[in-house]
Amino acid sequence: MPPIDPAAGSPGGVGGRPPSENTDPAAEDAPKAPADAAGVSTEKGGAPEAALPRGEAPGIRFEKVVKRFGHNVVLRELDFSVAPGERVTLIGPSGSGKTTILRLLMTLEKLDDGLIWIGDETLWHMERGGKRVPAGQKHLHEMRKQVGMVFQQFNLFPNMNVLRNLTEGPVRVLGLSRDEAVERARGLLDMVGLADKENAHPTQLSGGQQQRVAIARALAMQPRVLLLDEVTSALDPELVVGVQDLLRDIARQSDITLLCVTHEMTFAKDISDRVLMFDQGQIVEEGPPEQIFGEPSEQRTRDFLQAVLAT
Amino acid sequence: MDWDWQYSGDILPDLLDGLRYTVIATLAGYVIALVLGLVWTLLRRSPSRVFNQAIRWITEFIRSTPLIPQLYFVFFVLPAWGITIGSLTAGIITLGVHYSTYTAEVYRAGIADVPKGQWEACTALNLPRSRVWLDVVLPQAIRRVIPTLGNYLIAMFKDSPMLLAINVAELLFSAYQVGAKSLQFLEPITMVGLLFVVVSVISSILVRRLERRYATN
Repeated sequence: MPPIDPAAGSPGGVGGRPPSENTDPAAEDAPKAPADAAGVSTEKGGAPEAALPRGEAPGIRFEKVVKRFGHNVVLRELDFSVAPGERVTLIGPSGSGKTTILRLLMTLEKLDDGLIWIGDETLWHMERGGKRVPAGQKHLHEMRKQVGMVFQQFNLFPNMNVLRNLTEGPVRVLGLSRDEAVERARGLLDMVGLADKENAHPTQLSGGQQQRVAIARALAMQPRVLLLDEVTSALDPELVVGVQDLLRDIARQSDITLLCVTHEMTFAKDISDRVLMFDQGQIVEEGPPEQIFGEPSEQRTRDFLQAVLAT
Repeated sequence: MDWDWQYSGDILPDLLDGLRYTVIATLAGYVIALVLGLVWTLLRRSPSRVFNQAIRWITEFIRSTPLIPQLYFVFFVLPAWGITIGSLTAGIITLGVHYSTYTAEVYRAGIADVPKGQWEACTALNLPRSRVWLDVVLPQAIRRVIPTLGNYLIAMFKDSPMLLAINVAELLFSAYQVGAKSLQFLEPITMVGLLFVVVSVISSILVRRLERRYATN
């Protein structure tokens, strides 16, 4: 496996946030270390933080990534990286390729060209006989373990109750015992404020509740990278705030790497370390949220923000 | 021609005996149709194109040929190749295989109806293929097609008299026999119709009850 050229900015070393939240080195080695050992302040009692995935988050790097749908080139030789534990928001007009980026990372779309790194491994390629070949199912399965995704339409399993939605993955994929999975699920439901809904079916919940369950379901797999794909777009306006507050808490209390596609600019402002403005499969402008939302330097960014804020 | 109540009462036990075979053949055939139909559907999703096309043509062939030649084939032709089976068994197998090609289409449509987001959530949770099918896709797909599958039970029931072509002692066959003995056909044949209506109505009520139970999705 050829290591990433450090000069090119390895995903593990791209600027970004220092691992300041995790001052106890032992905590980094123990992903399931309880919250008090990780030195995280407890705002809502013990359970929520214990439920959050802990441990080293990988960085992400796109290297000349190309994605086409038929003749339509959605991403053209896209380069960008995200530091470990960094919170990045992708904004831009629809069709600019933001969601495709998340879908490539979740392996829901196939890569056409280029490389995607998660940590120091390529997602879509593996090493065989000194050569880089397209990844097999096994490689993809291993790589996916690090990544979780929350969808615009929630996509909860309607044939299972809330608890089973949360335990299915941990039991079937991570090999947890039923009891361990249930305990983890209850901790997460407590954190998302739906402890009393574990026996409900998704159809009996409001959109906001369903999305909070979906967030808990993604976190139950203890991903190191979390992808949020317009997670509040399908919600009634009065339900948006609850979900956003929850995500803000999660961002504050975990050290997960976060990639977020959203049209909610206030939310983007609070949650992200960096904002990337996309248009036609390329990054038009990037910077800290204060800069992008306060004094964008590109005309296209200004036009986009004006259009979005006008609605 | 007047209706002979005495005669009707006398032949009723014979007809009920025939009805018993009709019900047995239909239910046993239905189980085969439900299981084999799902097998066809899953086989058609194999990664090999050639294999999928082969399965497609086999099922297309079975669906496009009438039931009676198929019954003759199983009952009269297969023994020439050393496969001899009783008439009831032959009837059950043929009825089941024939209708499995219909239920296969029903399952296929049900699976296609499972939203894409469900598959994507499975990928995002990294679920293995077997779990995707058993825990997520099939439970949702089958729930959606229960009413349609139920209607095929009634359709099969109504097709079961064709089994008399290979001498299965089902309802119509019994009616024909008692009629041939006394040369009075009005009562037995009319009673066949009535018995079919009774069973059909009972099964539709059961199917509708199933439908109501699972339609909450």
